[in-house]
Amino acid sequence: MALTLEDLRGSVARRRREASLRLIFAAAAMLSIVISVAIIISLVGEAANFLFHVDPASLIDRGWFPRRSLFGIPTILAGTFIVAGIGMLVATPLGLGAAVYLSEYASPRLRRTVKPILEILAGIPSVVLGYFALSVLSPSVVDPVCPGQTNIFNMAAAGIGVGILITPLIASVAEDALYAVPRSLREASYGLGARKRTTSLRIVFPAAVSGIVAALLLGISRGVGETMVVAMAAGASGGSLFQANPCQPGQTMTAAMTALATGSDQTRGLAFPSLFFVGLLLFVMTLALNLVADAFVRRVRTRY
Amino acid sequence: MTTRTRNQALSTADVVRQTLNGRRVDLGTFVFEWLLLLALVITIGLLVVLLVSVVTDGLPVFADRGTDFLTANLASSPERAGIAQGIVGSLLLMVFVVLISFPIGIGAAVYLEEYAKDTWLTRLVNTVIRNLAGVPAIVYGLLGLAIFVGALGGLTGGRSVISGGLTLAVLVLPIVIITTAEALRAVPMTIREAAFGVGATRWETVRSHVLPYAAPGIFTGTILSLARAFGETAPLIVVGAIAGTFRYTAHGIVDQLQGPYTALPTIIFGFSRDPDSGFRAATAAAIIVLLVVLLSVNALAIFLRNRFERRW
Repeated sequence: MALTLEDLRGSVARRRREASLRLIFAAAAMLSIVISVAIIISLVGEAANFLFHVDPASLIDRGWFPRRSLFGIPTILAGTFIVAGIGMLVATPLGLGAAVYLSEYASPRLRRTVKPILEILAGIPSVVLGYFALSVLSPSVVDPVCPGQTNIFNMAAAGIGVGILITPLIASVAEDALYAVPRSLREASYGLGARKRTTSLRIVFPAAVSGIVAALLLGISRGVGETMVVAMAAGASGGSLFQANPCQPGQTMTAAMTALATGSDQTRGLAFPSLFFVGLLLFVMTLALNLVADAFVRRVRTRY
Repeated sequence: MTTRTRNQALSTADVVRQTLNGRRVDLGTFVFEWLLLLALVITIGLLVVLLVSVVTDGLPVFADRGTDFLTANLASSPERAGIAQGIVGSLLLMVFVVLISFPIGIGAAVYLEEYAKDTWLTRLVNTVIRNLAGVPAIVYGLLGLAIFVGALGGLTGGRSVISGGLTLAVLVLPIVIITTAEALRAVPMTIREAAFGVGATRWETVRSHVLPYAAPGIFTGTILSLARAFGETAPLIVVGAIAGTFRYTAHGIVDQLQGPYTALPTIIFGFSRDPDSGFRAATAAAIIVLLVVLLSVNALAIFLRNRFERRW
């Protein structure tokens, strides 16, 4: 009797189980696409509803008071940029400095001790940082710096809190990028007589610049999307006039969304759909930042 | 992975320069290195200051009331308010996260790493998952609001633990997939080839060869995802977790799941907004509980990782 393919295939039950399991796993993977589509649909649906009915003039109004139908987008955009900007001002030197030190100067033992600490810092929930911003940063750090009598709620405190939140993220991504730079580059530099400082700044840092830019972009993305710190510390939960002074309370996109969601959930007026419109804006902004950051990370990978 | 040898604090050029200059210390190098160290010290110092301030604010609550703080319900006066409802709510939410996102996440990762061929669809799914991991948490809250509270409101009971749990599960899913995929990728191909060589099917290989070796990494990843979900607040607020006080007596488990609820991070948010200054200590005390839980979970994950990590 000749050996046919059927003989080698094994039992039918085994093959059927194999095929059905493969299908189940594939379905699980495709679920991610379903979720993305669901996010986009749920956002776009209500956002379109909002845009359809809103008076375009109110969109560039000088204030964000959704319950009074004043939807001044520049106000919340300014708030987001100021808070994220202050956050990046704090996080970039701290994060990059820590990353360069850990990667170039620290002993292996120090690195082993510090990296878990940074992981812990990264794991602190934003509510805790919001409390810290409100109870410590605002009275002790912002009040002395800002002129006059500062409101306990202000964008600067929220910004510093966001900065503390982002620092471990920037530090770890940047450190990975610096670590990936081949040792041979450093050794070539030393061989030519460069000091350690020159090597770190002029050779290693530029070699890792793609990864570092990615780290900063991810930091900005995280800072833009941060909600609890600003909801607790930046104030202006009812709404706000356009505010560019960080020493004053202000409204960011995320805090505006929180305020809309915790208030009355009545769908009277355009307050409820505006929540989704702002959400869509936020989603698009962070998606763009993440895609660009991704492109930079891929550039690092292909080089080495 | 090459082991890191001790980085020389000074390169040859630095040493030569110092010797020629006859000084023990070159100011520029010294300042530079210490500025970098300062950055690191400030970063860690901020963590220390935060922990110290939270503990000093919150410990008196436990000193005065002991475990009453953990067992009391929310109340309008800070002397009586407790976080029991939050603990229950958070635990229920974690149950949902574990039951929904772990199987789906691990299954998806298994498919992407073990079964899928490198086609445009696979690459698209990978990109989508990576981007989903970067979406701000509050956007997931909007998703939950629109779909779980809105469209599926009849099933979930609207602003209920079910909606909250589903929302958190969806939020955590991309992270579970990514960490599991990394753990699977770390298993060498030779392990799989050995199994194929004796005639195992793909599932049999994964089940008996790949998964056991990847298990520590998968555990660590899932535990850290759980910790992340435990601390999330923004999506819960949008989806309807209550940030004020409420009283609810449930009639049975389904009623409990479909009724109003709160979670520990949401309580912290609610306490912090209360104009009564007595709530400041309560906020700090609730934060202590949250941090204790998170630190224990993270420590467990790190311990498991160090204990069971394999070096190929």
